[in-house]
Amino acid sequence: MSLVFAGIMSHGPGMTARADRADPAVRDPFFATLGRLRAALEESRPDALIVIAAEHFANFFMNNMPAYAIGMGEDYEGPIEEPGWLRIERRTIPGNPDLSRRIICKVMERIDVAYAEEWKFDHGIMVPLSFLTPGFDLPVIPANINCQGPPLTPLSRAYEFGRALRAACDAVPERIALVGTGGISHWPATPNSGKINEEWDREFLRRWSRNDRAALTSYSDEETLRDAGQGGFEIRTLVAVAGACEGRLGEVWFCEPIPIFATSGFAGVMDVGEATAAKAA
Amino acid sequence: MSLYALQKLIYELNRDGAVQEAFTADREAVLARYRLTEEEADAIRRDDVGKLYILGVNGQILMHFAAWRGLSWDEYIGAMKDALAEHGEVRGGIYGAVDGGAGGAV
Repeated sequence: MSLVFAGIMSHGPGMTARADRADPAVRDPFFATLGRLRAALEESRPDALIVIAAEHFANFFMNNMPAYAIGMGEDYEGPIEEPGWLRIERRTIPGNPDLSRRIICKVMERIDVAYAEEWKFDHGIMVPLSFLTPGFDLPVIPANINCQGPPLTPLSRAYEFGRALRAACDAVPERIALVGTGGISHWPATPNSGKINEEWDREFLRRWSRNDRAALTSYSDEETLRDAGQGGFEIRTLVAVAGACEGRLGEVWFCEPIPIFATSGFAGVMDVGEATAAKAA
Repeated sequence: MSLYALQKLIYELNRDGAVQEAFTADREAVLARYRLTEEEADAIRRDDVGKLYILGVNGQILMHFAAWRGLSWDEYIGAMKDALAEHGEVRGGIYGAVDGGAGGAV
């Protein structure tokens, strides 16, 4: 069929692990917005969900680090973190290896993507799923962009990855939903956890909303590190969603700093347009 | 500094229950599989999450390790802050470049 849904959201482990410590005045409307995102996802009646994530060394390490990888497993286990810490039970999430294979083959026409028949989910996928598919019953196809271990793929390539995913989604009969999940500015897993550059986040999301390819891909990694922390490298996942919806606009439904989550809580959707909108490169 | 080997040990501990069991049963035997400096091995022996941060372990690897070792969130953040005060700046890796190269707390 085609891409039927495209959204973005934050994935900080604090969203589940430390939900009770967040200011309810911000947390509650944020979680309500995620409920709205879930409803929109369900309304699109997807057969499968591709999650573009920025995993945190759950599967890939500097011995053989793919810039881009897509899962091709029958199922996936997660979270790798201590379930009591993340407050998400360890479980098995269904995949769809046949659909994965078709998506991967199509993406490979444009991007040299790695594939993986084994894949463990960390908070980067488990936290979004816990909000969007709390029954963990919708088949998931994980897609990863290395955002943690430099050298990192250029932002322009992340946009291209999104375009390639879009072409792949439009080439299969299934209804595919796409969610990109990463942080914007944040300094997670450092003594400065909770530091957030709110204005940087808002400017990034403005560029994202108007799907401004040039502006979205103009940040150098040095600038991102300085202004948005090492966590800011994860904008690649959000840039990829814009690439998947090239020519269409996004709506940011929520963005507020939530320091105990180590990130802004944010959520948004982007118009997926028609299947024919995904033009050949 | 063999930061690569140190991170690989923690990466494998974080994601592989069999490595966790081996580590719990005989920590030295697991440590011997990795080419670590004595300082690195000692930090692992003592569950010294703060020192591991100073040694340059990627924070996303270290956060999961700290959770597995049973540190609460506040203990984990506190361990990094205390280590910065005790040992000075982060010595290597991408986290050494955070915050203007200090890798420190603001």
